Amino acid sequence: MSHAAAQGDGTVTSHEKIFTGERRAQLEALFAKYPTRQACLLPALWMVQEARGWISEPAMAEVGEVLGVTPAFVRGVVTFYTMYHTHPVGRHFIQVCTTSPCGLCGAEETMQAILRESGCGELGATSPDGRFTAIEVECLGACGFATPILVDDDFIEGVTPERVPGILAAYK
Amino acid sequence: MGYPHPSHPKETVLLSKYFGDPGARTYAGWIERGGYEGLRKALAMPRAEVIEMVKQSGLRGRGGAGFPTGLKWSFMPKDEGKPHYLVCNADESEPGTFKDRELLRWTPHAVIEGCAIAAYSIQAQTIYIYIRGEFTEPWRIMTKAVEEAYAHGALGADAFGSGTRIDVVLHRGAGAYICGEETAMMNSIEGKRGNPRIKPPFPAQAGVFGMPTTINNVETLSAVPHILTRGAEWYKGLSLSSPKSTGTKLFSVCGHVQRPGNYEVTMGTPMRDLIFDMAGGMRPGRTLKALIPGGSSVPIMTAAEVEGCALDYEGIVAKGSMLGSGGVIVMDDSTDMVRTIWRYTRFYAHESCAQCTQCREGTAWTTKVLERILSGRGKQEDLQLLLDLADNMTGKTICVLSDSCAAPVVSGIQKFREEFDAYIAGARRPVLAAV
Ligand SMILES: Cc1cc2nc3c(=O)[nH]c(=O)nc-3n(C[C@H](O)[C@H](O)[C@H](O)COP(=O)(O)O)c2cc1C
Ligand code: SF4
Ligand code: FES
Repeated sequence: MSHAAAQGDGTVTSHEKIFTGERRAQLEALFAKYPTRQACLLPALWMVQEARGWISEPAMAEVGEVLGVTPAFVRGVVTFYTMYHTHPVGRHFIQVCTTSPCGLCGAEETMQAILRESGCGELGATSPDGRFTAIEVECLGACGFATPILVDDDFIEGVTPERVPGILAAYK
Repeated sequence: MGYPHPSHPKETVLLSKYFGDPGARTYAGWIERGGYEGLRKALAMPRAEVIEMVKQSGLRGRGGAGFPTGLKWSFMPKDEGKPHYLVCNADESEPGTFKDRELLRWTPHAVIEGCAIAAYSIQAQTIYIYIRGEFTEPWRIMTKAVEEAYAHGALGADAFGSGTRIDVVLHRGAGAYICGEETAMMNSIEGKRGNPRIKPPFPAQAGVFGMPTTINNVETLSAVPHILTRGAEWYKGLSLSSPKSTGTKLFSVCGHVQRPGNYEVTMGTPMRDLIFDMAGGMRPGRTLKALIPGGSSVPIMTAAEVEGCALDYEGIVAKGSMLGSGGVIVMDDSTDMVRTIWRYTRFYAHESCAQCTQCREGTAWTTKVLERILSGRGKQEDLQLLLDLADNMTGKTICVLSDSCAAPVVSGIQKFREEFDAYIAGARRPVLAAV
């Protein structure tokens, strides 16, 4: 089932339902683990992002419908957490820690190398070939292994500018 | 063992014994290493006795505040019929701290076992382990370990045949430092924005889903099985100094040292040994300038204050800072203190949940004033302005994130004032572009 809905930027996209079949069953299995359905909001949003790469307005509305909360409530939650994407991103999403402890150990140079080698050019931008989006993030909880980065779900420690080309080559 | 370095002779390896040993990750491997004995023992004891044992051990919370763990458990109501919850705080996001991550990825069953013992003693049937969204590998390892623990009957409707139900649910965060604050975490588990709640009510009265809840850090809970198997007296004996700081503590050491990593020491070990022996000291030709001993939220210490400082709750307070989470950030003489402090305030400005005016405005303005100084346009009055802002941000908000932002600023101006003055006087080249 699909329906048309207005996006935040005014464009109309058709929304292919996300919580059907297998995924719906997965979500329902989660309901048993919490005393309220609303508590499944973060897990449900992770499922949306995994399926679609980002969380659109119609997807938020669908999540709200399934969990019994308003679309506005869902949007409030989505925008609170930095890991949920409210816009499409590149095929591979890179997060680089530049908080002080990593900063002391060269994180900014690593970040510059990533922006250069990935073709993203600047923070938050997607490379022209659509391959990468890179952002800087706060402490990744691995400060002894500067500089840690996340490429999609791959947590990579000890990244130096010299290692960047080799690391990125693995992501097509 | 040890990870990423072999254990140092000055360490006391209890929680970190199997860091770097993938064999300890499986249920069978954990049993071979003496695992789940503590849980079996606890399940055969009256609940009150387990709590008493943890009280006697002197164990204090390793998440930052150092609250006595057994006492916290004893606040949970008894027999009033409501569901109780245990929350395990695995949100580890305090800059400088990376110990819980190692516990989750090398000894997942120690975390589960500690959680199960705590849950049993506070009569919680459900445990939520809240893992920060960025911890993808710990998430995978914990998922597998929980499945195995169920398959072997350590968890479930009848944990080890005791008639007690213990369920573990892993809950994934989605990027927000503030969710490490206990009441923000509860909101996040309930599917809400991670805004801290006003206390009271305290979690033991009304926590997650409005029910009595206890929340503990990963490291705190990982220490519990050892107390059960070897006794409160033995644990208490692991201390070189104060009777108020007992057991071992993991210190994450990062920044300008030769061997960054986690080191586990008995409370009271000299701070100097941690920095200069275990972590290998400074790089050749460099000297220690300053360090932050307990994650970025505590005051900065000078090299002189490190001398004679004992690594325990009281020892670090005596030197004007706090043990906090045990994340030690080391800075050598090449460090630009003003720029470093600015990067911390930017962190807090970014992570403020923005409910409280003093925090939302204070963290942002502090960052802007520091940017002005770093871009060469600072004025002499700016230092007083920063101190006034800090004063307004301390002790006046719903949670202590605001106070945490003030800590490095106030201690930085007190202890490294000449570096601020040099930027303001134009004696130091600006490092940020004027905005
Ligand atoms: C802003 C803020 C962030 C916090 N982040 C964490 C964290 O990442 N991990 C943690 O265990 N405790 C964190 N805490 C402390 C928790 O609120 C809570 O005190 C702790 O989890 C209790 O566990 P413990 O008694 O075992 O230490 C944070 C507190 C504040 C104010
Ligand atoms: S002090 Fe800051 S982070 Fe804490 S509740 Fe207030 S605004 Fe939110
Ligand atoms: S500061 Fe970079 S991982 Fe903590």
